[in-house]
Amino acid sequence: MKLKQLSLFLENRPGQLRAPLASLGGAGIDLLTMTLADTAQFGILRFIVADPERAKKVLEAEGMIVSVTDVVPIQVDNRPGGLAAVLAAIEAAGLGVEYMYDFAARATLDKAVIVFRFEDPDRALEVLKTAGVRVLTSEELLGK
Amino acid sequence: MSVWNDPPGGFHPVSTPDYLPRRQLAAIQLQRLQSVVARAYDRVPLFKSRLVERKLSPASIRSLADIAKLPFTVKSDLRDTYPFGLFASPMEEIVRLHASSGTTGKPIVVAYTQADLDVWTEVMVRSFAACGLHRGDVIQNAYGYGLFTGGLGAHYGAEALGATVIPISGGNTERQLMVIQDFGVTALCCTPSYFLHLLESAKETGIDLSRLRVGVFGAEPWSDSMRERIQLDSGIKAHDIYGLSEIIGPGVGVECSHQHGLHIFEDHFYPEIIDPETGEVLPDGAEGELVLTTLSKQAMPMIRYRTRDVTSIMVEPCECGRTLHRIRRIGRRSDDMFIIRGVNVFPSQVETALLRVEGTLPHYQIVLTRDKGLDQMEVKVEVTPEVFSDEIRKLEALQQHLEASIENILGLRVKVTLVQPRSLARSEGKAKRVTDLRNV
Repeated sequence: MKLKQLSLFLENRPGQLRAPLASLGGAGIDLLTMTLADTAQFGILRFIVADPERAKKVLEAEGMIVSVTDVVPIQVDNRPGGLAAVLAAIEAAGLGVEYMYDFAARATLDKAVIVFRFEDPDRALEVLKTAGVRVLTSEELLGK
Repeated sequence: MSVWNDPPGGFHPVSTPDYLPRRQLAAIQLQRLQSVVARAYDRVPLFKSRLVERKLSPASIRSLADIAKLPFTVKSDLRDTYPFGLFASPMEEIVRLHASSGTTGKPIVVAYTQADLDVWTEVMVRSFAACGLHRGDVIQNAYGYGLFTGGLGAHYGAEALGATVIPISGGNTERQLMVIQDFGVTALCCTPSYFLHLLESAKETGIDLSRLRVGVFGAEPWSDSMRERIQLDSGIKAHDIYGLSEIIGPGVGVECSHQHGLHIFEDHFYPEIIDPETGEVLPDGAEGELVLTTLSKQAMPMIRYRTRDVTSIMVEPCECGRTLHRIRRIGRRSDDMFIIRGVNVFPSQVETALLRVEGTLPHYQIVLTRDKGLDQMEVKVEVTPEVFSDEIRKLEALQQHLEASIENILGLRVKVTLVQPRSLARSEGKAKRVTDLRNV
């Protein structure tokens, strides 16, 4: 099942990350997971919240640019080689991965969750299903 | 001028000089030129001494072509004679003073007799009429009221036209938008960059601009691509109006509905194009510096004033029927030009380059620095929702695309920096596009 991820453009200078997070905090929005991609000049903050629509509105009201991207949360075994096994299935299916990161809030002793951004999320969902890779639902992840 | 019981929106005898046969116009121009030169000679010591030096007198002007014998007037003449040294009327006859903002040192002061104000109002009425405005239009005047000529010039012109004027002056974007929507404003006067800012804010706040149909934009150079963007985004017809305080203020020239060059009100302002290096008068159609002579000014006649604006004169007849010659839109003012690594650069060139890259609205700023003796040019460009991507490589590609587009036009390698939306200062008057941090 696909998940909505929000992305935010940030200039690479002090204070730029704090402002959006303070806005979200003020609106009582909790970040479930986040990752920061950066270059020398700018960065992109990618994050997942329970209510992406509301978070987007809060940030846009502050004049920020927010884009919404479909990502796929995949369960992997929390043991050496667990992620490699899933990547092998992805590779075998010929799926292109744009980027990926850990969904820290849902890791347990034996299972971890990795968020994948695929070139083609819809095809990925189909292929992963047949490959027996466990894709989580938003209910499972967000507790809705 | 129309009177109260004329048919609505109809007849403007004040526009008649726009359609005079050229020969008749030339006769008026010569008569006015001779008398204004005589006036300046008699009353402005600086002008007289320059003529005497050249062994000239008012009698030397026997034809319009003889104007080329006369010396130029330049901006520093106004500064050197600050405040009143170029006045040709005693204070008893002067009814208004305006002054430039004067970014460096003393401002420039300009004066008007009542007859000068009447001329100014007349050319503004003719300007608005050329933009398709008439009685019944609601004109919001967002040019600054005060020492700047834009506000009052547009104000009296719009009133004399018979339109409804809202003298809102510059600034306070929220109130500007509320008034446009609630008062059913049909035309707006402001700088093009401020209109872009209004458009952007209207989009954000869901303000309805659908009754607005005409923009009369001036006081700063703007490119054709910026106009296309404005017209496409807002659905209005955006007219370029030209003027400068030294000559009269706004209303020296304006675009008609064909939007192909600005008609100069030649019965009051005589245009020439010169080579800025040699001062030679260039033939029609050649590009050079615009020089203007006020043919009917009393308080402060300007003889061959060098505008620093680069353009050319179009003598071909216009489809609108006006016989007035046109000048090409001024994309660059010599004053805006800066030199970097020996290359002359105009901000409008950068604008064109940015606009060529799809989806980039022209909110940008040029920053000049000097690093170890070498000039550096950085262009800060605000990221828009249209171009923002979640992927680093797409944003980097955008940045490179912008850099390539600028290099393509300027022949200069520059650094483009993507910055957050709304992080660059918005102007409520003339846009400040260049920040020069070089300590030269």
